[in-house]
Amino acid sequence: MSEAAKHLRQEQGPAPLSVSGLSVAYQKKPVLKGVTFDVNEGELIGVIGPNGAGKSTMMKAALGLIPSIGGEVLVYGRPVKAQRKLIGYVPQRESVDWDFPTNALDVVLMGTYGRLGWFGRPGAKEKAQALECLEKVGMADFADRQISQLSGGQQQRVFLARALAQNAKLYFMDEPFAGVDAATEKAIITLLQELKKQGKTVIVVHHDLATVQQYFDSVLLLNVELQAYGPTAETFTQEKLQRTYGGRLAFLDHSLIQGGSGQSCDRGDRTC
Amino acid sequence: MSDFWILLTGSLVAACCGIVGVFLVLRKMAMIGDAISHSVMPGIVIAFLMSGSRDSLLMMFAALVFGVFTTFLIGMFERGGIQSDASIGVVFTALFAIGVILVSLFARQVHLDQDAILYGEIAFVHWNLWEIGGVSMGPKAVWLLGFTLFVIVAVIGLLYKQFKLCSFDPALAAAIGIPVAFFHYLLMGLVSMATVSSFESVGAILVVGMLIVPASTAYLLTDRLGMMIVLSVAVGIASTFLGYGASVWLDASIAGCMVCAAGVLFIIAFLFSPKHGLVSRKLRQRSLAAAANG
Repeated sequence: MSEAAKHLRQEQGPAPLSVSGLSVAYQKKPVLKGVTFDVNEGELIGVIGPNGAGKSTMMKAALGLIPSIGGEVLVYGRPVKAQRKLIGYVPQRESVDWDFPTNALDVVLMGTYGRLGWFGRPGAKEKAQALECLEKVGMADFADRQISQLSGGQQQRVFLARALAQNAKLYFMDEPFAGVDAATEKAIITLLQELKKQGKTVIVVHHDLATVQQYFDSVLLLNVELQAYGPTAETFTQEKLQRTYGGRLAFLDHSLIQGGSGQSCDRGDRTC
Repeated sequence: MSDFWILLTGSLVAACCGIVGVFLVLRKMAMIGDAISHSVMPGIVIAFLMSGSRDSLLMMFAALVFGVFTTFLIGMFERGGIQSDASIGVVFTALFAIGVILVSLFARQVHLDQDAILYGEIAFVHWNLWEIGGVSMGPKAVWLLGFTLFVIVAVIGLLYKQFKLCSFDPALAAAIGIPVAFFHYLLMGLVSMATVSSFESVGAILVVGMLIVPASTAYLLTDRLGMMIVLSVAVGIASTFLGYGASVWLDASIAGCMVCAAGVLFIIAFLFSPKHGLVSRKLRQRSLAAAANG
């Protein structure tokens, strides 16, 4: 466990997510090596790292969607398999076929399937709830729309509404901001803030370094191995990013990253 | 009376294949249907050799085992790094070849007609009757297909939301604890059942047509999964009637005409479907262009 994570570990109750020694290999090549961290309740956590760093893999392995070769994942102190009802998941938008014959409301309804048991069917109560979730992401007018007729950003918001319908305590979101329009980005961040206010914990795979400081309470820097984890102000530093990205950080605008002093820096302000 | 039994058998084939076909098409597994329909062959021959009859539940069970085994093998090769289409090709041709060898070795003892296996013999369906205490209960094929349809409707009806979510977003399905692999093999089991029950009537090759063509036609006609299943069955039954009419008129293969009719219906939907058809899309583009320029 890193020093920062140790420092952060709270005494009250088990952590929403506790990962220890998680390793994944695809055909002998390790893509994730001994990742260990604990997540604090009620935080927005950004998972940052270069392409191929294993960010999505870590999420999928933590959820038990792909086999890991070692490690343990606990959700509120119990194995992830026993806690599925507490977990919400937003896969990458490209992972599904948007030509599937269904509409937006129906996709959101899928978020309620987890608590319906084997033979239960979504009824009026679930429908009302799904509509409410669509409303929260500003998509209520599109409930009956065939999903292929939605823009990329709208599809992403439908996915988020579906995660809301899961009514979870711990959320995993795999690149929700990838390729979305400004309106959607705003809708997503508003939603994340609201989830945080409700005391929910959200782990987000994120690509845009420019918005990290603005969006997340903690960041987790990953490149096959865990590079750093802790409060954004202490962790999202030039030095640690350099270590995570290696030479690939050269293209980054240095002014976007603060020097670890903890002061907030306005995004895009080059004199900061 | 033979017309009635042929049309009823054909419609039952259409219903069984139409329902499971929708899920094959949506999961982009159309060729798995092809693979299963061929690789159940050795299972059928083995069951035939063991029971000496062609309409036992044992045959259904053996086909089921081989169908699921096929998809398991294909999945195993894929995970081992073989291209998906190559592993399908390897598995089903090899299993089908074993079936061919078995038939050629034992055909004389078991009266298994290779033509019947490949092309079906729906025309003779009303000759093979099920009798209880000397009372005819109707063609055996109808009972077998009726039973299969009942199982398919019951399983997919009860577990509809799981089948739907596993088809649309298997990652979320797994994340909320739905046993995705179980539902995969359950679907493959149903496909095997549909295939082996339809086998006798339309043959190993044309059954793929009944699995895939009506479902693909329905895909062009609707944006709702439930409606797609209904339309798939409807298109299959329409193909049965149109095809039988054509076969009487042409004095040609009944099963061949049925699948041809399904193909014609598919082309019509492909061109003229109100939402996804080629013609309506072109017309929409033209009117949009006119609006933009005018």
